[in-house]
Amino acid sequence: MFDIDLWREIFQSINMNRTRSLLSGFTVAFAILLFTILFGIANGLQNTFAEAFVDDANNSITIRSGRTTKAHKGLQAGRQIQFKNEDFNYVKEDFEDKIEFITARIYKNFQASYKGEQNVYDIRAVHPDHQYLEKTIIKEGRYLNQNDLNNKTKFVVIGRLVEEDLFLKTTALGKYINLGGIQFKVIGVFTDDGGDNEERKIYMPVSTAQYLYGNNDYIDQINLTYNPEMDADRALAFSTLLTKKLKNRFSVARSDQRAIRVRNMAEGTKAISQMTVGLTFIILIIGLGTLIAGIVGVSNIMIFIVKERTKEIGIRKALGASPKSIVSIILIESIFITAIAGYIGLLLGVGVLELVGPSLKDYFIKDPGVSNSLVIGATLTLIIAGAIAGYLPAKKASKIKPIIALRND
Amino acid sequence: MLKIHQLHKSYPIGDSSLHVLKGIDLNVEEGEMVAIMGSSGSGKSTLLNIIGMLDEADSGEYILDELPIKNLTEKKAAVYRNKFLGFIFQSFNLINYKNALENVALPLYYQGLKRKERQEKAMYHLGKVGLADWAKHLPKELSGGQKQRVAIARALAANPKLLLADEPTGALDTKTSYDIMAFIQQLNDEGKTILMVTHEEDIANMCKRIVRLKDGVIMEDVKVTQVRAEQYV
Repeated sequence: MFDIDLWREIFQSINMNRTRSLLSGFTVAFAILLFTILFGIANGLQNTFAEAFVDDANNSITIRSGRTTKAHKGLQAGRQIQFKNEDFNYVKEDFEDKIEFITARIYKNFQASYKGEQNVYDIRAVHPDHQYLEKTIIKEGRYLNQNDLNNKTKFVVIGRLVEEDLFLKTTALGKYINLGGIQFKVIGVFTDDGGDNEERKIYMPVSTAQYLYGNNDYIDQINLTYNPEMDADRALAFSTLLTKKLKNRFSVARSDQRAIRVRNMAEGTKAISQMTVGLTFIILIIGLGTLIAGIVGVSNIMIFIVKERTKEIGIRKALGASPKSIVSIILIESIFITAIAGYIGLLLGVGVLELVGPSLKDYFIKDPGVSNSLVIGATLTLIIAGAIAGYLPAKKASKIKPIIALRND
Repeated sequence: MLKIHQLHKSYPIGDSSLHVLKGIDLNVEEGEMVAIMGSSGSGKSTLLNIIGMLDEADSGEYILDELPIKNLTEKKAAVYRNKFLGFIFQSFNLINYKNALENVALPLYYQGLKRKERQEKAMYHLGKVGLADWAKHLPKELSGGQKQRVAIARALAANPKLLLADEPTGALDTKTSYDIMAFIQQLNDEGKTILMVTHEEDIANMCKRIVRLKDGVIMEDVKVTQVRAEQYV
């Protein structure tokens, strides 16, 4: 199969016609370079958007309380609204079919220590559903479950960086950690894509926190995700209804913006998803545009090369070259140049992205990059296009009567 | 070794067609050296191209070494050209990016010979035309006469039965022309059959037979006493 003489012919032809080879290679390399850079930047833009919303589920609703700002139903302004377990249960049961996951949150802040190491961390007392709401990824052990909640166990799940800080190189799983003077068993270690800050958190059952710190049934906040089958409009209607009902329940004026605050991510999600669609569209146009420009360039060069070599083809035919050998020598040469040049363009493009990528963060471009398969696919497309573009004239040239080719001066 | 009977060829020109060869009959025996003469448009180049399988006749018979040449596929024509025929052109037609040795070795490549064998054979033929020292030079570094000698070496490399020359001295000055002709005569002395198209009387007289074409028919076909080229060199 491997014909060393054919390759020798091809290398000689490439080597002795350097301008021609460099020009055609340059076109391809440049097309792939542009493709890589433009696509990389577009991907970087998309990464920025994705990152802004990666931390939490994007169908989430948070409910917080504050002081009333308006007197209502004979109650004074400035009254503190405090959620309790019964409020959590009310929301959970009343809107069961509209809710996907729901959790309460109690915020604490304790000095945590293990052996000699200590540090201050945010503690969140939560329900098991919190794992899905926060997109917490369990690395080792397990997350909190209903059993922990029922038994008010002194279990905690700690972030990867908490383990790193306190347990240094050893594993935290199964060991006891001191939180504000009370020993908790570490039953799980988690990671979170939301950044370092999110990995410096400690989770414990909400019931345990209520029992240990004040023996009450207070909760600070309710987080939930709405049923993802609801579209943005229905989700917004849902949160409006939820707000209204909660305001009634706590006798808060309807126009009071502070006492009960419901924040629905659907408001932002709607705009973001439109933006993402727009971006994807732009990326597609950029990619297709560069590719088409490359294909046209390669095709032109192939036609030119065949034209330039017509006389050589005539000589070769007069000396006994078969049409097949004529076509293959031209095609293999062009495919070889395109492949090498495409690879160089890819390396250059990736190199440029690596080099300038980090400094583009200020311009909302994060981690610009392209998947290898995409660029290889683009290069293959160019090679195939070049091959087709070269095949037709090469085939035609191989059929020219040698006498006509020889007359072509 | 070459038999041609009632050969016709016409080229389309716009709507009409130009009848170039109007029934050519020609027999060439082995070892002959034939000059085909005629003014431009007489059909002499067309005849040579058909004999060289570079072009195809419309009708008529062409038998080369007892092999009828008809309805050849491109592939078969390529094999025949490679095996039976050696070409020498007016404009040399060397491949400009290959050196002298590689140019001479090219027909051997298409014969499927091994690289080493090709180089040895090519070197031998280059030596025969007196250009062994120029083997690594590109055509642009050679003089016209040297280029034509490389082309002759290339034509000989595949050891063809028939050598076809289309105005082999057309691009050369008189002295170089005689030089080349002396060499071609020497090849003929060694037994090669040679067919050459020329419009120069002195060159034609250096062959052993002159066939004169006019308007697509043979006007005259005479054996002549060969004028040796050496005496002018």
